Amino acid sequence: MNDRINVRKTHKMFINGKFARSESERTFGWTTSDTKDSTNICRASRKDFRDSVLAAKNAFSGWSSRTAYNRAQIIYRCAEILEGRSAQLVEELRTQGLDSEDAQLEVRQTIDLLVYYAGWADKYQQLFSSVNPVSAPYFNFTALEATGVVAIIAPRESGLLGIVSAIAPTLVGGNTCVTLMSEENPLCTSSLSETLHTSDVPAGVVNLLTGFRSELIDQFSTHMEVNALIYFGEDKDEITQIETNAAENVKRVSICTRQDWEYESSLSPYAILRTQETKTTWHPIGF
Amino acid sequence: MKLSETKVDQIGVQERVARLQSRSIKAESKKEALTLALSMIDLTTLEGRDSPNKVRQLCYKATHLHESFPGLPHVAAICVYAPMISTAKQALQDSKVKVAAVATAFPSGMTSLETKLDEVKQAAQDGADEIDMVISRGRFLSGDFDYVAEEISRVKEACGSAHLKVILETGELVTLDNVRTASDIAMAAGADFIKTSTGKIQPAATPEVTLVMMQAIQDFYRKHGRKVGLKPAGGISKSKQAIQYLVMLRETLGQDWLHPDLFRFGASSLANDILMQVVKQNTGIYQSTSYFSLD
Repeated sequence: MNDRINVRKTHKMFINGKFARSESERTFGWTTSDTKDSTNICRASRKDFRDSVLAAKNAFSGWSSRTAYNRAQIIYRCAEILEGRSAQLVEELRTQGLDSEDAQLEVRQTIDLLVYYAGWADKYQQLFSSVNPVSAPYFNFTALEATGVVAIIAPRESGLLGIVSAIAPTLVGGNTCVTLMSEENPLCTSSLSETLHTSDVPAGVVNLLTGFRSELIDQFSTHMEVNALIYFGEDKDEITQIETNAAENVKRVSICTRQDWEYESSLSPYAILRTQETKTTWHPIGF
Repeated sequence: MKLSETKVDQIGVQERVARLQSRSIKAESKKEALTLALSMIDLTTLEGRDSPNKVRQLCYKATHLHESFPGLPHVAAICVYAPMISTAKQALQDSKVKVAAVATAFPSGMTSLETKLDEVKQAAQDGADEIDMVISRGRFLSGDFDYVAEEISRVKEACGSAHLKVILETGELVTLDNVRTASDIAMAAGADFIKTSTGKIQPAATPEVTLVMMQAIQDFYRKHGRKVGLKPAGGISKSKQAIQYLVMLRETLGQDWLHPDLFRFGASSLANDILMQVVKQNTGIYQSTSYFSLD
């Protein structure tokens, strides 16, 4: 009996710490590059997005008030778990058309990137905070705070490194996020969700949706509960649409390109600064 | 006092509630329902730490629901503790918003009838348009229905021209049969409104008890020709719930009751949720509480 029927994986999304199908029950067909097999991927609806934003909002105060040290531990833990599952991720990247070497490289880089940002969790504040000289009897200092709920539109080209390089600095800075995964390369969504789920990342801190960018981009950029938007891509129309919509509640918008997610060029504490607010305090002295 | 022993079919009530809640409401009806629900709210603050300024702020909110969105109705009433009546009256003098005050040793009702009557008279004298009383649940549960009926009718007398809402505190009445009996007693004793809960006991208003009370009101109207109002209170904080209550109301009591004179929501955070939905329905953009008043 060697013609066993394979047990195939049901691809799901990750909303509020749960593995969920779209509430709309819609899926879209995705065809593998090698065997030409078709797989069903969840097609997120506006309501899925709205539910995710609510989850991210509810998770924000807990996550942002954790100690930096604890956030570092949790993100490092993600790297540990990913390391243990690297074979599966390599397989998924290969199914999406990478050759074996490139796939292995991308998984290694993703893990290293998580370790890199975990290290920054209790250090970036020292780099970007300041004591400011003022010509009055005040102790004047500037400190950083997390922006809040961040919507991320992941790069189309990379299904793993591209997403993690957007999520990691966002989480390190104490934000929570709702991510629209690449619709061309969606296969790593479940594995990544399983990693987050087993790494003590609290429910709602990261939400991963799969679906169509064209359908959801309006919601991502208009929702008033979203405080910042990170967009990967170079489509002029999309960028105009995002920036116009984001003006509604003056969301912080970051337009990112390939070099913002590729390994060497993306590693930078400035990526954390994308979703930080600076607060300056004037404290009276000399009385 | 002699009572009709109407027994409630609990499973039937649950099934009917489930069925009515699955109604899908189309966009146009939703807009109308939201506006109607806003106009039915008794904006409530019933906390030990209430201050005159908190009440003034709430009164401002009652008449200026969302300044940047013109054309909205005002809420039906402000619901406060008795010492805040004059503050509220003063703050609302130019508007049609009514002032409702809770009385009779709210929320427990644990004091003598004389003290309760004094409290009610004082509240009416201070200018309360509506008085929300609580029934003595302990007496009710021990079967002393006559006492409960007597208490309500005496309070009704003491109210003078003020409208009387009778709080059954259904969370303490245990069964739907008891809810039905208490509703019948309250209406027979002269209640203008029957109200589910104080908001201090869980569970507060549920669709099941509300439906039972609606049916009691309907039977009472058929028999005596008097329209008694209904006020579910406590635990209704989302516009979706509010719309479901309105569906139930329309299907059970009909069009006449779809009016703030005969139906109210006792709530504090419901108003903002409805406002968020109203703005969403009109702009297509999902809203955040950050852009609505804190109250």
